[in-house]
Amino acid sequence: MIRFILGKLLYLVPTFIGITIIAFGFVRILPGDPVLLMAGERGITPERHAELSALLGFDRPIWVQYFDFLGRLFQGDLGNSLVTKKPVMTEFLTLFPATVELGLVAILLATLIGVPVGVLAAIKRGSVFDQVSMTAALVGFSMPIFWWGLLLIIFFSGMLGWTPVSGRIGLLYYFPDVTGFMLIDSLLSGQKGAFASALWHLILPSIVLATIPLAVIARQTRSAMLEVMGEDYVRTARAKGMSQTRVVGVHALRNAMIPVITTIGLQIGVLMAGAILTETIFSWPGIGKWMIDSISRRDYPVVQSGLLLIAGLVMLVNLLVDLTYGLINPRIRHK
Amino acid sequence: MTDAPARLSDAAIRRQMLAEFWFYFRQNRGAVIGLWVFLVLVFVAVFAQVIAPHDPTQQYRDALLVPPVWQGEGQARFLLGTDAVGRDMLSRLIYGAQYSLFIGIVVVAIALIGGIFVGLLAGFYGGWVDTVIMRVMDVILAFPSLLLALVLVAVLGPGLTNAMIAIAIVYQPHFARLTRAAVMGEKEREYVTAAKVAGAGKLRLMFKTILPNCLAPLIVQATLSFSSAVLDSAALGFLGMGAQPPASEWGTMLAEAREFILRAWWVVTLPGLAILISVLAINLMGDGLRDALDPKLKRS
Repeated sequence: MIRFILGKLLYLVPTFIGITIIAFGFVRILPGDPVLLMAGERGITPERHAELSALLGFDRPIWVQYFDFLGRLFQGDLGNSLVTKKPVMTEFLTLFPATVELGLVAILLATLIGVPVGVLAAIKRGSVFDQVSMTAALVGFSMPIFWWGLLLIIFFSGMLGWTPVSGRIGLLYYFPDVTGFMLIDSLLSGQKGAFASALWHLILPSIVLATIPLAVIARQTRSAMLEVMGEDYVRTARAKGMSQTRVVGVHALRNAMIPVITTIGLQIGVLMAGAILTETIFSWPGIGKWMIDSISRRDYPVVQSGLLLIAGLVMLVNLLVDLTYGLINPRIRHK
Repeated sequence: MTDAPARLSDAAIRRQMLAEFWFYFRQNRGAVIGLWVFLVLVFVAVFAQVIAPHDPTQQYRDALLVPPVWQGEGQARFLLGTDAVGRDMLSRLIYGAQYSLFIGIVVVAIALIGGIFVGLLAGFYGGWVDTVIMRVMDVILAFPSLLLALVLVAVLGPGLTNAMIAIAIVYQPHFARLTRAAVMGEKEREYVTAAKVAGAGKLRLMFKTILPNCLAPLIVQATLSFSSAVLDSAALGFLGMGAQPPASEWGTMLAEAREFILRAWWVVTLPGLAILISVLAINLMGDGLRDALDPKLKRS
């Protein structure tokens, strides 16, 4: 097992180096002078230009700049935002819990609905339920989620007035940031109605973000179950006279779950891309909105580091998925 | 190709393969519906100038935010109503089909050609060529696709062309991986060795001998990428990074309509519906293609 983990880690090193090169190169391949771009429309004196270039290290050879960038990266220093002047790492850590909270609730929603739907559709293959749910899944899979979010706002916020349009919690509530997770913090604060407010704010964004993963998980569960149900051991279990529940729940589902878990893990990339759109529509103060805002403000240190952090995160989750996979399935580990 | 017991001409074999393909494709009702919708879409895009009742950029200042014709204040000359500056929604939606199809075709073409080329090299040569190419692909795949496309567009400058290039770059690794896997499976087969012994050059082996036998998974992936390209370019347009106003690209139309969501449902609902229907049709087709082209699934 240790060899397996080490092998996986070693495999990631070149990928990670590639990611740092892309994130680093991104600011350098921009057309034009980064200092001029940062100065914006007001322009800049030649003295100040030279001073800033020296400060940011743009006057040194490119490979020196890169190793300098790597060195600072390993000390956790990602530079400062050009707009807020705050360290990028601080901003990231402040906003990150909002995205994690939204993403976790979304993936939970997608899994808790998607897996049972997929299992049922597989057991009742060809039934009305199978057809309806798989059609729905294909629609969900094809959904432009930014439009879906707007539709939900029109219906639930505009016409019914049930849910808030944006933000994470009502303006009436204020409490200290303990964990960064609004649901937990609002509970800890003990204020009446705070938790409900946080929950109401979370509902629509998490539904929107869950839509595509839900569709993918339901489809994947169904096909994994169908494949497993045709295996010899399932037939043996049936022949031994086991109940349908036991055959499906224990013998089939457990084995079908292996590819499904991988699918769930691989949704992290989908979730991050979805978070950009969802957070923009619902003004959710997370990493996705932060990236979009920084791109349009041309806040390059933020874009550069955000790219690096998000890619690193996706890589890490994929590694965890790989490792879990090896843990569940010894055949992979010993290959 | 191995010799068939009764010798058939190449054209006859091809006809037979096509007939077999159509037989399996037709089994999937959804796929046939998807194909029909897609054909309608192509028709609308090709004949947009003839079908559209108005110029998509013409602003009728006397008819701002007119609702669709079946609502009380609707006007017969604007079947699906008008937007905030008085442009005919129906005409804009019709012209929008041109954008979506064009984007899909260009993105898939670039990604497919690039991916096939790179994947063939990696799979055929193996060794360090393979390692280097596949690690670069891994790096691209480590970024969420929409995010990488966004950043690339930020580098290249917002606009339709750059959005298409960015999306194609992001999709290309999928094709490279598929091609590589298929090539590695095929290259040890006897017909390849036979071609090699017969003195076929490397280029001929790669492109004429091996590649045609690797196409099935690539075709399925191309369909899926086509629908994702339509979705992602609409998302970029929605975020202000894709096609720029006054282009009648559906995502861009949605972005312009956002502020009216609570006042004029049609300016928001219709472009999104157009995106959903086209993407759904292409995905339905993709499912059918996979059933028809993947012999493993065929028998199950």
